[in-house]
Amino acid sequence: MSDTMMTVIPVVLYLGMSIAVALWARRKAAANESSQGFIEEYFIGGRSMGGFVLAMTIIASYTSASSFVGGPGVAYRLGLSWVLLAMIQVPTTFLTLGVLGKRFAMEARRMQAVTITDFLRARFKSDVVVILCSLALIVFFMAAMLAQFIGGARLFQTVTGYPYIVGLVLFGISVVLYTAVGGFRAVVLTDAIQGIVMVVAVTVVLLAVINAGGGMEKCVASLKAIDPGLITPTGPNEAVPKPFIMSFWVLVGLGVLGLPQTTQRCMGYRDSRAMHDAMVIGTLLIGFMILCAHLAGALGRAVIPDLPAGDLAMPTLIVELLSPFWAGVFIAGPLAAIMSTVDSMLLLVSAAIIKDLYVHYALKGDASRMTVISLKKASLITTAVVGLLVFFAAIEPPDLLVWINLFAFGGLEAVFLCPLVLGLYWGRANSTGAIASIVIGVGTFVALTILKPDMGGIHAIVPTTLAALIAFVAGSYAGHPTK
Amino acid sequence: MKKQALDWRYRQANKEALFALGAYGLFFIWWYVFAYGLGEGDPEQYAYVLGLPEWFFYSCIVGYPLITILLWIIVRLKFKEMPLEDDAPESREHVEQG
Repeated sequence: MSDTMMTVIPVVLYLGMSIAVALWARRKAAANESSQGFIEEYFIGGRSMGGFVLAMTIIASYTSASSFVGGPGVAYRLGLSWVLLAMIQVPTTFLTLGVLGKRFAMEARRMQAVTITDFLRARFKSDVVVILCSLALIVFFMAAMLAQFIGGARLFQTVTGYPYIVGLVLFGISVVLYTAVGGFRAVVLTDAIQGIVMVVAVTVVLLAVINAGGGMEKCVASLKAIDPGLITPTGPNEAVPKPFIMSFWVLVGLGVLGLPQTTQRCMGYRDSRAMHDAMVIGTLLIGFMILCAHLAGALGRAVIPDLPAGDLAMPTLIVELLSPFWAGVFIAGPLAAIMSTVDSMLLLVSAAIIKDLYVHYALKGDASRMTVISLKKASLITTAVVGLLVFFAAIEPPDLLVWINLFAFGGLEAVFLCPLVLGLYWGRANSTGAIASIVIGVGTFVALTILKPDMGGIHAIVPTTLAALIAFVAGSYAGHPTK
Repeated sequence: MKKQALDWRYRQANKEALFALGAYGLFFIWWYVFAYGLGEGDPEQYAYVLGLPEWFFYSCIVGYPLITILLWIIVRLKFKEMPLEDDAPESREHVEQG
């Protein structure tokens, strides 16, 4: 058997397992008799997640291609300073769960909300808010999913040597299939499996790198010999200045609260005990994963010092250091990270179309006007069609979507952060404020990203968040309170 | 909604959210103080722990297990279990939507 075959076997096994999980979840969903019951099941898994699954799904939908390839790639070039920066992501899980907290779970249950948009609709009672949010979500998510697909297929190509399209078909089709068929329950269960695969993968590669470099002490000594900047907190030639790294406390710390694929999880857990457990488990696991992946990238420089691009660091380390079978297991890690991000986004785009727009506007908010059977069909088909659209786009990526993706992360934050958090905790918050904050937030972010004014190393998201916040508060005082 | 907003679960939930923000603040301080406090000097003068520069070892390797333990303590002592459904035993089908 050839080496490439050995690498592909664990990947295929793993994809097969994801689809099996979806079929199992489908049977669980089939038990639902009412239309509202089906919506709760397909889009939020009947709010039944326990602590471990909740922690895993938050981590998995948050971590993406960049956590496994992009991030460690930069760590390869900039050394320990970039690992330091990556560690800012440790509080992600506990901050999301802790800040949205139980109030969000209680409100969501009372409102029967299954998406962030549902919550915003019930809170602000404004069609403009709902439509702006739904559109932002659909556009940014499609672009972000495309980027994930491309990243995954390229990675597959680099490691196995098979053409780009083979990798794309293999995991593109599986992720669309299991998400469309299994809904939320399949998504979070595969997320949990994907999380475990990711933990194993990063551990294996870090140990392999340290081993190949002749132990930790020697690795660090080699880094220092290449450039002493690689072992300082500010990087070679001060490449990671303080204002820049501090921006990331805003970008990923607060920013994660504006990512609908992550925050939606906070309305789907079973009970308060599950949330408590998830805060602890999630923090431990995400810290471990981020640390291992980025440290492997940074120390990898000591093993293979002369790669032309950082993005090649992880794929090259895997191919050079691991046996073909273990390379396959590792490659399943980033693929898992990609798939777990795509599946959540896919389901939310589908929810935005079916639940937020169609059921609400075409059926006047009454899902029972549609029979359970046709609702099931519509949900499955919508999810599949959206997924396939992105899949076909990824074969020949259109420039427009690639360009939009530059704004996806910050754009989502600009749209969702203030309406979500202030809507939850500030009684005065109203639709005027929400609309002002969405428009001004996205406007500021896009303008700053395109114009790139000199802000002394501060990331565009910092002024954006500030502008969105001011607009929200000003708008709320100017407008009428929500009845 | 206003009346329910005052029930004990909301007050407790607000407190818990502040604890989460507090933990975020503590993690930031730990991360910052060790990284820049120990790491800003000349790399030639660095001390090492387990082969890693001291600043990195404390800031990154020790920091995250520590915050996990802290969270575990906070959750055990300060977070309370509470029902997430409203106590009123109204059937879900009859609740008006949106």
